[in-house]
Amino acid sequence: MTVVFDRPKSLRDVRTHYCPGCLHGVAHRLVAEVIDELGIREIGIGVSPVGCSVLAYNYINTDWQQAAHGRAPAVATGIKRVHPDKFVYTYQGDGDLASIGTAEIVHAAMRNEKISVIFINNGIYGMTGGQMAPTTQIGQKTTTSPFGRSAEHIGYPIRMTEMLAQLEGDNYLARGTLHNAAGIARAKRYIKKAFQYQLDNRGFSMVELISNCPTNWGMHPKESIEYIKEHQLKYYQLGEFKGGEEASK
Amino acid sequence: MGETILMKGNEAVAEAAIRGGCRFFFGYPITPQSEVPEYMSRRLHEVGGVFLQAESEVAAINMVYGASGAGARVMTSSSSPGISLKMEGISYIAAAELPCVIVNMVRGGPGLGTIQPAQSDYFQATKGGGHGDYHLIVFAPQSVQEMVDMTIEAFDVADKYRNPVMILADGLIGQMMEPVVFPDGEDRPNTEKPWATVGMGDRAERNIVTSMDLNAEAMEEINWRIQEKYDKITKEMLRYETLDTEDADLILVAYGSSARIALNAMSKARENGYKVGLVRPQTVWPFPYEVIKDLANQAKAFLTVEMSMGQLIEDVKLAAGETPVYHFGRCGGVIHSPAEVYEKIEEILNGGGAAK
Amino acid sequence: MAKVLFNEERCKGCELCTMVCPQKIIFMADRINKQGYHPATVEEMDKCTACATCARVCPDVVITVEK
Repeated sequence: MTVVFDRPKSLRDVRTHYCPGCLHGVAHRLVAEVIDELGIREIGIGVSPVGCSVLAYNYINTDWQQAAHGRAPAVATGIKRVHPDKFVYTYQGDGDLASIGTAEIVHAAMRNEKISVIFINNGIYGMTGGQMAPTTQIGQKTTTSPFGRSAEHIGYPIRMTEMLAQLEGDNYLARGTLHNAAGIARAKRYIKKAFQYQLDNRGFSMVELISNCPTNWGMHPKESIEYIKEHQLKYYQLGEFKGGEEASK
Repeated sequence: MGETILMKGNEAVAEAAIRGGCRFFFGYPITPQSEVPEYMSRRLHEVGGVFLQAESEVAAINMVYGASGAGARVMTSSSSPGISLKMEGISYIAAAELPCVIVNMVRGGPGLGTIQPAQSDYFQATKGGGHGDYHLIVFAPQSVQEMVDMTIEAFDVADKYRNPVMILADGLIGQMMEPVVFPDGEDRPNTEKPWATVGMGDRAERNIVTSMDLNAEAMEEINWRIQEKYDKITKEMLRYETLDTEDADLILVAYGSSARIALNAMSKARENGYKVGLVRPQTVWPFPYEVIKDLANQAKAFLTVEMSMGQLIEDVKLAAGETPVYHFGRCGGVIHSPAEVYEKIEEILNGGGAAK
Repeated sequence: MAKVLFNEERCKGCELCTMVCPQKIIFMADRINKQGYHPATVEEMDKCTACATCARVCPDVVITVEK
């Protein structure tokens, strides 16, 4: 018998606090798989955000710092400047990275800070109970957009990866999805490239991952997969925006 | 000791940080402290450290959090409005028990206020400022030399207690030049930090820097543990000076720049036969409550002299009991003159003025 | 022989694995695990091809695949 699929070593063998069907679990596993494959667990220092993944440090088996809301890129900057030879990564949601922490992510990218960012975009604030995020779709109902997000009232969803791709420098920016097996496999390749970018001392790297929130979207996990296909992926284009082969085409 | 040199306060505090072993600085320009990051950008380059100008004070203090959590000796500096922006990060740093040094060259407020000196951030520095139950260790230097000595020591103190230390100076001390002497010898060494996040290596247990526990009982336990540390700091770190208090009818209480002005007024009062003494807290947290309490048995009154509408006075009143406490202060960037402090002394000792 | 193993106590019953199985052999069990969910399970193991698609989409790393 050969094992075709098993838990990566860097993923701690514990139950997660995430809701049923929440794709944070898949993203965590991909990060752990890549850490295993690159052999960087011993030099890894993670920075967890505020939001559902505030407890990410319970799951991925590296040293961690827990940052204030939106400030993970600044905290990671402090760590990386002290230990340029270590692998420093942040794991952030869209409320954290695309709203309260926009200054920190833009300037970490501008400095081409040699950190890697995993950015989970599920279009909503999960931890605080389903409020509207900058990434919420037009028409999407949340607890603070009860009539659906209106572009006239609060503008259009922000595409962070495209925005950061405008910055100069040798950085890596990609957007993947977690909603099906092919997307997950591709997302893992992006994460591996992003981490390798840092290990090669090249520059800032970020992988945005389209994810779900069945609980606060108010739907069954299976329906949330359909919602991603019908809405998220029509607005958020997948691919490498900077630094990869796809981007240079 | 080394030779005496003439140095501006902002540059001296930066040099003192280097001597204290600081190798990382994250800051943002704001008057009247911008010479601190400017000096650091030159000097840290020379000693193999890192200077980074952050996108904001908010980012800077969070870089301090990261660097301190990673085991470094690290400092940031700002002035009042900038320190307000740092308050979130300072609360996290205190809660995660991370050592660092924060310099506040206080300027007149509130709001954008002005760029001239003030002492109106006393509450913010000593009573919290950020959210939650926490304390900074707050040094209050009255001269460039004292600021140098305190800053060098501050890094050892921060490491010893795993607690942020604030140098609470003001635009006057930051901007003026005074003769200073730096100690000879090597810069202070960093201390062992087995708790720091440096990558697990062969370590079996992970190091996690966090200020959070979602379990209320566990979070209360963390608060109790930190409180025990504050009790220890209160016993071990209290610093103050008293001058001519033995026979004093009126005792001035002042820190930092104001203490020097108060001393000047006090000398004139003594010359004119008034029995006036001075208590000068060198740490404003911890605060010398017991000293004030003992003197309250003997003195007829206290007078706080501070560049604010009256903040230090509240701590003095906590200790003074029935003894009346008067306040004299200019604010909004105005520095009081020795003459006007003297007038207030004379007024009180001649039975005038109203205690607060 | 291909085999999928479900760590049933970790399963949160989200059913995502049932959506992707090309052999359509994953079902939600009638029993309830300690977390209170109906766990995913396989009834006709001989039809499994060890493609591991179920394991790759599982958010809770419930599934181990052997061949």
